[in-house]
Amino acid sequence: MRWLALLRPGDWLVMAGGAALVGISLPLLWQGGFADRAIIRQNGQVFAEADLHSRRDFEVPGPLGTTQITIEPGRARVVADPGPRQYCVRQGWLARPGEIAICAPNRVSVQIAGRTKAYDSLSY
Amino acid sequence: MTASVTELTVTAEDRRVAWLATAAVALSLVDAAIPSPLPGVKPGLANIVTLVVLMRYGWGTAVWVSGLRVLAGSLLLGYFLAPGFFLSLTGTTLSLATLGLARHLPARWFGPVSLSILAAFAHIGGQLLLARLWLIPHDGVFLLTPIFAAAALAFGTLNGLIAAKLLAETPVAEPAR
Repeated sequence: MRWLALLRPGDWLVMAGGAALVGISLPLLWQGGFADRAIIRQNGQVFAEADLHSRRDFEVPGPLGTTQITIEPGRARVVADPGPRQYCVRQGWLARPGEIAICAPNRVSVQIAGRTKAYDSLSY
Repeated sequence: MTASVTELTVTAEDRRVAWLATAAVALSLVDAAIPSPLPGVKPGLANIVTLVVLMRYGWGTAVWVSGLRVLAGSLLLGYFLAPGFFLSLTGTTLSLATLGLARHLPARWFGPVSLSILAAFAHIGGQLLLARLWLIPHDGVFLLTPIFAAAALAFGTLNGLIAAKLLAETPVAEPAR
C-alpha cells in the first residue's frame, strides 16, 4: 500500500500550516537570548553588573580618567571616555547579548549578557 | 476461601481499554529508549495508539487509554509526580482536547495525519506553556519553539501516517479480547 494514498487533501493543508508555523517561529532561534545584564569591567575585573531594567549611570575610574557608562532599560552605552580615539563611545547603544564596547586605553569594557541557556538540565 | 464481598465486574470495554493502554505504555517505553538530542523532542509513538483508538472506539476510550498510559508510563519510567509527569499530563490533556474538536472535521478531507499533526502541536504548545509558567519562568524557553515545532510537524506526520496505515490495514471488526 502506498503511503501517499493515506493522505487526504486536508492533510496537506494541515502540513502546510504546520510548516508555516515552524517558519514563523524560526527567527526565535537566531536570537541569541534576551539582553539581561550589562557587565562592566575595569582592568579585566568585574567592576559592576547591572540589570537592564532601569536607568543607571556608572563612573568607572581608569588610568586615563573616568569612563561614564549609562544603563537604560534593555540597553547600555559608553557616554564619555578619556581615550584618544573614542571607539567605544561611537559604538553607541548595545542591546543584544554578546555585544561589547571596549575602551582599551582606559581599560574599561561594557558587555551585554543574555541568558542563552535557559536551563541547566531538564528531564522528561 | 472467603467469598469476596465486593464483586468487580469487568466489561469487555474495560478489557479493551486495558489492552490498548498496555500497547500505548509499551510504545512509551520504546519512546523513552530512543536517544534524543534535546529533552522534549520525542517521536511520541504512543500517540499512534491514541489515534487508532480515537478513530475506532471514539474519544472517551482515547481519553482513558491516554490517561492510563501517562500514569503507568510515568510509574514504569520513574517520573511519577516529577516535573516531567506534569509536562506529559499537560501535553496529553491539551492534545486530547484538540483531538476532541478536530475529530469533527470532515473525514473526507482530514484524515489521521491531520489529527496527529494538530495533536502534536497542541502537545508541545501545552508543554511549553507549562514550562514557561512553572518550571522555567523566563522567556528564554520560547527560543526553542522552532525546534519543538519542527519536531511536532515531523513526528506528527509520521505517527499519523502509521496510524492511517494501521487503520487501513486492520479490518473494522474489532478484536474483542
